[in-house]
Amino acid sequence: MIKKLKATNDFVVKFATINGSGSASANELFARAIMRMGVPVSPRNIFPSNIQGMPTWYEVRVSEAGYLGRRGGCDMMVALNPQTFDADVREVEAGGYLFYDSTRVIPVASLRDDINVIGIPLTQICNEAYTDARERQLFKNIIYVGALAALLELDHKEIEKLFSEQYRDKEKLLDSNVKALHMGRDYALAHLDCAGMGLKVRRANKVGDSIFIDGNQAAGLGCVYGGASVCAWYPITPSTSVVESFQKYCAKFRTDPDTGKRNYAIVQAEDELASIGMVIGASWNGARAFTATSGPGVSLMTEFLGLAYFAEIPVTLINVQRGGPSTGMPSRTQQSDLISCAYASNGDTKHVLLFPQDPKESFDFSAAALDLADRLQTPVFVMLDLDIGMNARMCAPFEWDDSKRMDRGKVMTCEELEAGKEFGRYLDVDGDGITYRTYPGTHPTKGAFFTRGTTKDHYARYSEEGPVYIDNMERLSRKFETAKELVPKPLERRASKPTKCGVIHFGSTSPSMNEALDALETQGMYVDALRVRAFPFHSSVVDFIEAHDHVFVVEQNRDAQLRTMLITECGLDSAQLTPVLHYDGTPITARFITNAIASRLALFNVSSLKKVAQ
Amino acid sequence: MTYIAKPKLHHPALRTNKIGYTRRDYEGAISTLCAGCGHDSISAAIVQACFNLDIEPHKVAKLSGIGCSSKAPTYFLGGSHGFNTVHGRMPSVLTGANLANRELTYLGVSGDGDSASIGLGQFAHSMRRGVNMTYIVMNNGVYGLTKGQFSATADQGSKSKKGVTNSDAPVDLVALALQLGATFVARSFSGDKAQLIPLIEAALRHEGAAFIDVLSPCVTFNNHSGSTKSYDYVREHNEAVNRIDFFVPGEEITTEYAPGTLQEVTQHDGSVLRLRKLNEDYDAHDRVAAMNHLQKHHALGEIVTGLLFVDSDPTDLHTHINTVDTPLNKLGERALCPGSAALKKINASLR
Repeated sequence: MIKKLKATNDFVVKFATINGSGSASANELFARAIMRMGVPVSPRNIFPSNIQGMPTWYEVRVSEAGYLGRRGGCDMMVALNPQTFDADVREVEAGGYLFYDSTRVIPVASLRDDINVIGIPLTQICNEAYTDARERQLFKNIIYVGALAALLELDHKEIEKLFSEQYRDKEKLLDSNVKALHMGRDYALAHLDCAGMGLKVRRANKVGDSIFIDGNQAAGLGCVYGGASVCAWYPITPSTSVVESFQKYCAKFRTDPDTGKRNYAIVQAEDELASIGMVIGASWNGARAFTATSGPGVSLMTEFLGLAYFAEIPVTLINVQRGGPSTGMPSRTQQSDLISCAYASNGDTKHVLLFPQDPKESFDFSAAALDLADRLQTPVFVMLDLDIGMNARMCAPFEWDDSKRMDRGKVMTCEELEAGKEFGRYLDVDGDGITYRTYPGTHPTKGAFFTRGTTKDHYARYSEEGPVYIDNMERLSRKFETAKELVPKPLERRASKPTKCGVIHFGSTSPSMNEALDALETQGMYVDALRVRAFPFHSSVVDFIEAHDHVFVVEQNRDAQLRTMLITECGLDSAQLTPVLHYDGTPITARFITNAIASRLALFNVSSLKKVAQ
Repeated sequence: MTYIAKPKLHHPALRTNKIGYTRRDYEGAISTLCAGCGHDSISAAIVQACFNLDIEPHKVAKLSGIGCSSKAPTYFLGGSHGFNTVHGRMPSVLTGANLANRELTYLGVSGDGDSASIGLGQFAHSMRRGVNMTYIVMNNGVYGLTKGQFSATADQGSKSKKGVTNSDAPVDLVALALQLGATFVARSFSGDKAQLIPLIEAALRHEGAAFIDVLSPCVTFNNHSGSTKSYDYVREHNEAVNRIDFFVPGEEITTEYAPGTLQEVTQHDGSVLRLRKLNEDYDAHDRVAAMNHLQKHHALGEIVTGLLFVDSDPTDLHTHINTVDTPLNKLGERALCPGSAALKKINASLR
């Protein structure tokens, strides 16, 4: 008798399909339907750097507890790709379920004898119902969603509702989709052991007013709300959809109703060098401008980033990180561009980084970055990654305060110049390291200056004098100090009991971290957590580290880049920070974090026992 | 004499233009280039052209890359905002600046190293996009600041001061600009003020991508007998297609040239170019003919100068991407931010 995994609202279904087959939208339909039943889901695309014909997976984690990180493991595999079939079968947890197209008989038992096999002749059903090849392909996807709905007790009415929203004015498409859905559902009800399926979805009330969107779309929308009017970019996975989103929302909200003209400019540049150059030119000239790219793009932009740092020009750069180095893993996730972004360019440079944890913060931080860049007159990076950027994620709804105004920073106006206010482009009148600038064309005789990447004095005049250079460099450091108080502050999550053990994490690690903290507590291990949301680090980061005997730094790269930056920037002893590193290109899991921290805590306990023995 | 600060005072009787500026108001700091550098003559021509056109200096943004030529913007239009960008990247910065505020006049100054070597890509793409600008290359075929290496515009077979022969084929930026869709393409010579000033004036009034390649001998590294970019060589091989007279709208057009040798071009803004033809079969409206003419004379070892091509009804990047007439840098929250009500609707669509 094969064991049967039993779980309600807490399991992982993985779809193994072929990219370009239309399965992605069917799979998202499946995920959304569960969410509509009030049960939190977190889907993840695992896709190749390819357009058509390569294996692709879609993993849906169902978690009534609201854990949105990747769990790891697979309770049910929807194995529809012959290319990867054997490996997919091996991945199923013991007692789990294999759902496959049984049109052609596959001796699954020869692969595994510890999983439950559910065969459905999908191709045969399709071929009997449809004659057109494209229809056969597309409706096959809907048919398996219908069958899964029957097996998992997904409310088919929710799926029908989703269809009716999607095909609002396309009755024919609506009808044919509903028909396909029922074809699959009816077959499953009649021929499969639906009652014997141990995984079930049950209506709950855990979704609330959450929205479901990916981080890239959210970032693009954030740039619209933040007032970006110029976007220059060059396509690169996984950042491209940031600009597509900006384009989509601009077309909707920024088109002049009378003239049809655009209150925005988007230029697809010839490369990343040109895209960052355009952003710098536009910002220099007083428009809000941004670009979106990924690690290799940042490498190309590095020279210009040094210019923006030294000439003090606002830049908003959305970096959707992928696996590096070099071309690396274009369609896998990592947090491995921290150092390359924080210190991009030659000479002593430092840049502001923001670390959003989810689409909500992607929206907030993208809008905030435009303000910060203007306020600080320097590049500001929004450090997304593929996991947040390209996977739709449940998150809090977007909010906007209509009384909020864009912070354009210190810009001297024509009136102020006319009134005789002293203007020195690099003259620190307020002591915060931030100086006044003028936009080109401001005043006929006052306020013009020459912007350059060479050293200059307070009045923007070229100078290679040592003291002048040092004065300017120290002011830039002062400005970076000012930035610490302006960037999003770290957020602390205290364990339910006082503890000397802490963990620092950031960005997309957040959902898995939160789940791991719960898991550790159930094992009797109490850990305080600090989520760092920006660089430069706020003083409370050091306070947190000083308040704990053991501090783990969890990150998704090989070299513990955040840890390195913490040690260097905060003057810490490296022994204070223990790295926990996950960097195989898949999103970090709670299981991984829990195991890594629990095993190390066990070691610490052993050593303290030895001390007692002495 | 570069260590001497330029006196701010000027003679009270100095002639002013229509907006009350003297020629001096268009000057910049004293040049630190070598005495006799062709680039200084080009700077002087820019000063004269802006004075003649009654342009307010602060309504010009001057941008450059890196190199001797890119230092030049310091020496003209002191009342304009300037931007010395990074090597070979002026075109992208200028493009961005232009996107932000379509109301200013954009003057890009570059050199042959900056535009034909490291910056060839950005040069090409700014021409393709039709950025509304005047793009001047001060072309001496040599790297001056790093002491005399060949640039990509150096002719094959020409000799450096040290006697090295250039074996690489040259990049002809004029040919490229024509091929890439620039709507105003000219070549001139720094030593020919009479030809250069009206060309710059016409380019500044042109509402599209205007490119002028100005041969500008490097007196220090490239003004010797083996060079094809020396004063003597250019004067001997100059084959002008036309002499240009430039008239802004409303000005009386003189008739000092005999009809039949004149070609009039009315630009989009109403300004008139009168091309005094030296070459009867030359038509400055014909892009293909311009390309042929250029190549034909190149084969003969001649340097064609003058206005090679002009589109009298050009379009620019802003037209192509349909931006509003208001400069983007002047748009406020009302135009830019959709507000909370729209966001609520977006939220609702994401559930």
